Amino acid sequence: MQLINPQDIQNRIDQLTGQELFIHLELTTGAYANHLDSTRHPASAFISNAGIRYTNGSISGTGPYRVGLKTEQGWVYAEGLTHVDETETERLILAGHDSQGKLVVALQLSRDKFE
Amino acid sequence: MKAEVHTTMNTKQAGHQRILVVLPHPDDESFVASGTLAKYIEGGAIVTFACLTLGEMGRNMGIPPFANRVTLPAIRKLELEASCKAIGIQDLRMLGFHDKMIEFEDKELLDSQIMALVKELNPSLVITFYPGYSVHPDHDATGAAVIRTIGKIPSAERPLMYCSAFASNHEQMIGKADVTVDVTAFLDKKMASIQAHRSQFQAAELVGNRELSDEEIRMRFGTEQFWTYRFDESHE
Ligand SMILES: [Zn+2]
Repeated sequence: MQLINPQDIQNRIDQLTGQELFIHLELTTGAYANHLDSTRHPASAFISNAGIRYTNGSISGTGPYRVGLKTEQGWVYAEGLTHVDETETERLILAGHDSQGKLVVALQLSRDKFE
Repeated sequence: MKAEVHTTMNTKQAGHQRILVVLPHPDDESFVASGTLAKYIEGGAIVTFACLTLGEMGRNMGIPPFANRVTLPAIRKLELEASCKAIGIQDLRMLGFHDKMIEFEDKELLDSQIMALVKELNPSLVITFYPGYSVHPDHDATGAAVIRTIGKIPSAERPLMYCSAFASNHEQMIGKADVTVDVTAFLDKKMASIQAHRSQFQAAELVGNRELSDEEIRMRFGTEQFWTYRFDESHE
């Protein structure tokens, strides 16, 4: 994974606009959040391989970054993104990692189903 | 009741008859301008509040929670109406944009709706957030949209623009506010406006676990500040 360059990500988002895609969107505080700090409420959620087609998308912020994708009927949003998988040319694999390198948020888009 | 107005710059303050307020969330009006608006309204102004979203992505659900993701939009809509009534706002427009998504919204769509309001109402004063210094991305994006829109109007016909800013670095970057409004005479309306947002402000982070004294309320809520937005004429 590499640190996000927002202009590169914007280009990738634009390339995937208007297409039938699969999305994986995930947020997690980690299962140990409450064990390590009892004031923290552990929570996580993901949705995997939902179908999506967006009409506009953009990345914003100064890092960590936010991404919003406007669909026909609603929105997809992720905040806290820091990294991109630079080896992926077709799929857009974005993630946000905390100061210890642990995954907090993931936003992934692909024309083919995620395994 | 004669309200005292402290402003360093603007002498037209008493003269505004048509005011347009553009803010993204229900409750922004309470903190940004409720006292100022109540004062203008007492002076005869007609105020339109264009509220871009219903704050439907808010995390406060009441204590104990009485709202949820499904019911929050309708609850906040009623709260917004109650807040406007408390202030005396005559014209509330709910524009129906999605909470938290203003920065990603189609700029043409956003700007065209704001321009339609400006054309319809021909306000002499527009109040919004100062872009870049208003903390929440929706605040910054709303201010930016209003400034883009007003900037398209020839400078001689532009309404005055008051922007609210509260980022921690804002005074270093944009100096001190040039408009300070003493709203102590309108604190009953301002507090009623804040309290109208029931789902949001029983929150301990606002008033702590106790009632504030009158003196504390005056110190904390008695003035409202704005920066008059200066368009850069050199590019025109
Ligand atoms: Zn707000």
